Amino acid sequence: MEIITSVKPLLALAVSAIAAMLILFTGERQRNLREGWTFMAALVKFFIVVSMIPAVLDGKVIECSLIQLFPGVSLQFRVDAFGLFFATLASCLWMATSVYSIGYMRGTHSTSQTRFFFCFALALHGALGIAFAGNLFTLFIFYEILTVSTFPLVSHKETGEAISGGRKYLAYLLSGAVLVILSMGITYSLTGTLDFKGGGFLQGHGSDGLLRLLFATFVLGFGTKAALMPLHEWLPTAMVAPTPVSALLHAVAVVKAGVFCVLRVILYVFGPDLLSGLHLGIILAIFASFTVLLSGMLALAQDNLKRRLAFSTINNLAIIILGASLLSPSAITGGVFHIAAHGFMKITLFFAAGAIYVKTHLEKVSELDGIGKSMPVTMASFAIAALGIAGIPPMVGFITKWTLCLGSLEAGQIVFLFVLLGSALLDIAYFGPIIYHSFFKKPVGKHHPGLDEASLWMVIPIAACAVLSVLLGIFPNAFVHFFDIATLVAKSTLGTN
Amino acid sequence: MISSPFPVLIIVVPLISAFLIVIVGLIKKSLCYPLMILSLSVSVLSSLAILNDVLSQGTLHYRLGGWPPPWGIEYVIDHLNAFVALIVSAISLLIGISSKRMVERDFPGKSAYFYCLFVLQVTGLLGIVVTGDVFNLYVFLEIASIAGYALIAVGEDGAPFASFNYMIYGTIGACFYLLGVGYLYIVTGSLNMADLSRLLPGLQSSKVVLMAFAFFMVGIAVKMALFPLHVWLPDAYTYAPSPVSSLVAPLTTKVGAYVMIRILLTVFPPSFFIETIPAALLLRWLGGVAVLFGCILALAQTDFKRMLGYVLIAEIGYIALGIGFGNRNGLTGAILHILNDGLMMACLFLIAGAIAYKGGPRKVARFTGLHRKMPLTMAALVLSALSVVGIPPTCGFFSKWYLVLGGIDSRQWLFVAVLLISSLFNAILFFRVIEKAYFKPAIDEQEMNQKALHPAGEQRDILSNGVKIDEAPLTILVPILIMAAGVLSVGLLSGKIVSEIIQFAIPANF
Repeated sequence: MEIITSVKPLLALAVSAIAAMLILFTGERQRNLREGWTFMAALVKFFIVVSMIPAVLDGKVIECSLIQLFPGVSLQFRVDAFGLFFATLASCLWMATSVYSIGYMRGTHSTSQTRFFFCFALALHGALGIAFAGNLFTLFIFYEILTVSTFPLVSHKETGEAISGGRKYLAYLLSGAVLVILSMGITYSLTGTLDFKGGGFLQGHGSDGLLRLLFATFVLGFGTKAALMPLHEWLPTAMVAPTPVSALLHAVAVVKAGVFCVLRVILYVFGPDLLSGLHLGIILAIFASFTVLLSGMLALAQDNLKRRLAFSTINNLAIIILGASLLSPSAITGGVFHIAAHGFMKITLFFAAGAIYVKTHLEKVSELDGIGKSMPVTMASFAIAALGIAGIPPMVGFITKWTLCLGSLEAGQIVFLFVLLGSALLDIAYFGPIIYHSFFKKPVGKHHPGLDEASLWMVIPIAACAVLSVLLGIFPNAFVHFFDIATLVAKSTLGTN
Repeated sequence: MISSPFPVLIIVVPLISAFLIVIVGLIKKSLCYPLMILSLSVSVLSSLAILNDVLSQGTLHYRLGGWPPPWGIEYVIDHLNAFVALIVSAISLLIGISSKRMVERDFPGKSAYFYCLFVLQVTGLLGIVVTGDVFNLYVFLEIASIAGYALIAVGEDGAPFASFNYMIYGTIGACFYLLGVGYLYIVTGSLNMADLSRLLPGLQSSKVVLMAFAFFMVGIAVKMALFPLHVWLPDAYTYAPSPVSSLVAPLTTKVGAYVMIRILLTVFPPSFFIETIPAALLLRWLGGVAVLFGCILALAQTDFKRMLGYVLIAEIGYIALGIGFGNRNGLTGAILHILNDGLMMACLFLIAGAIAYKGGPRKVARFTGLHRKMPLTMAALVLSALSVVGIPPTCGFFSKWYLVLGGIDSRQWLFVAVLLISSLFNAILFFRVIEKAYFKPAIDEQEMNQKALHPAGEQRDILSNGVKIDEAPLTILVPILIMAAGVLSVGLLSGKIVSEIIQFAIPANF
């Protein structure tokens, strides 16, 4: 594998850190300039990340080592296919979110907007750091930056509910982090290294029992961020955050970072061979399947739209983990690809929920009757994304469902095929009524007179994300080669290249 | 043996200037502060020079009066004490700079005496660190302690009693230490550490040596406030004047920890406390209990400074735990924690001082809206709080990481769990403070009225304009910010610090 030394990953990281500082010092007085920084940073970051794609598609790895932290472990960034995949997704959706959040934050007259945008930029910094980290330790540093910088965003509204939501968030995530420290410590004392390696580096170290325990602590630790049941409770509670936060952080950056870390552990720390040798893949798959089905059913019971979306997120995150834990080529490809697919679709859903809230202050599913008539673009995008999540072609969700189904057949585990299909049915069951009621029911009580969309700042990102989820469904390799990169990840970790 | 003058300059300059300050104060009061800063700066520069020499040439020896050891007093500086001396002198300088306005306000007309005691305290601490003689160490210990009693006693209501309490404990501790020295002298006839370390291995079975060891441990445990001998600490540091608590709280306990490491590793052979007698086991348990005890009691405090006092007890527990693991990683963590904890505790105590200087609240519950009044101070508070919790990339995480590794290496799963759980306790403690300072907007009566007058939509303007930025003066603010920056940069540089300094501070066979 060819290694290129370049400062590009560092630049991509620095952009958001610098932006965070500029936002802080610009402050509330010049808010247009402040939002300008956010947007510019998002743009620059995206281009830096995208510029690394050709090299990585060629099978090269971009590396950038800074200082040594302790023997065998440096502060190191290493852009491989998997990291680049996540980074591209996060930076791409940051652009959309930065436009959207300007509309949202001003539309809701929110307080402390400087803090909001500062923490947002910092969170993106964390997410990208996680994506580019070349070893577990670097990953953990940014993992914690992400955790802490998201806390003020969750508690942003400063109401009692928001504060307790923030506390719950911290309690869950810091407890998870503590388990990660323990797992990292054990890994380091077993192997003397923490560098990621396609196919894992733990093979041949430690007894089977210890490795099984280690895997459990890793999955429990990172699983809290990935909202794997029963560690999911913080996510629905964190929905008190402003919608852009729920959208980007709780559909893309934070929870996806959790999933990303779990996948890193599965594919790059333990490796598929070791996991199937220890029969751990199948156990995790069963564990994830329970989350998939249970969260789908729980989503049915939610009346708060954002909470319903949160449970749908939990459902989809578990699908990703399920894919990776099946350890067959298509399943891994599908799981990795679903990180992006779900990101595009779920962000559309959250954006739509936020637009509805800004315009009408409605948060409950049962109050949305007839809203499709006054906000057609928003609700049409919502419908597209919702159907996509259920796996209906030509949306991008179909691609992942199809690949994952293939993967479960490859792995010879027909049961999981039914889990996936069952989850698709559940998706229809909890999204279908929303679509139906919003378009085909007469509004009750307050009438929505005619067309009444949210501001263009919000509508454009919503429509753009919806269009992208269709485009990616038709051309999975459009623009940034998401599908190819996902395939590359599967290949490089299964050792077939 | 190359004899550079710095090992003695680091002591003599502050010692002499302590008395000069009083004399100068009689003539011109405004000169006292510059003189103090000057002498502390000389100490910092000397310790930098020492560290530089140690890094390039290895251990430095300085014979006082040219008398050869073991008869004369010898200052021996290796990687360990060069490192600790730099920490002590640098933090003292920063706290010294910050003391100006607080002293002017709290002790008008008596600033000369205050600075004299302050510099004497630093002299004592530095003396403990550089000396290579167990009796000389006792002398400096007493200089530091007596200056400390006096400094603490001039604090607010309750300070004289707290100081008296501290004095009784401290004196008992010092006596125990002295008894230890005496017992060792009986068997070996030597007071020089290097000499003792040559003589002691043959005498390990002697009951007298065992007694000496026990006396040492108890005496030092009192000085470093190791559970259960910590009782003097919370009161003393809560009631002490702000510049004093931010000087003695982080440093005295850390210097105590240094003495413990020195006695365990240099004077006695390392195998003595690990294998011959179960001292390491005892240290582990005491450290582990101290960590949990400190954290839990800190949770119960409403006063910010007192809460920091209990956090400090927990932090001392970490160091004891690290030593008690008795392996390389654990000890690296303990030594690194001397630096990290010194930095973050000094920063936190100074922040408490800055808040108090601006007439701010002592109670955490009344911190509301502080971030609008003192944004930079609160940013520093967040950074050092994250460090205490152990969130990377702040420095506190790295020492915790080594401690966890040490625990894993020695298969002490119980204590690994204690370390990890204590992070969570600390998180509750400090996020409670951060939450108060940042989230709930400051509501006083005036604002309530304004709110009633204005519709909800304009609330934002009131909040962002209602509270004026009112930071502490620059002499206090700048040291706080320097230390906060240190918390961050020491974390990232910890790899370098460990590989270039701490690695050599631990005996090679360890």
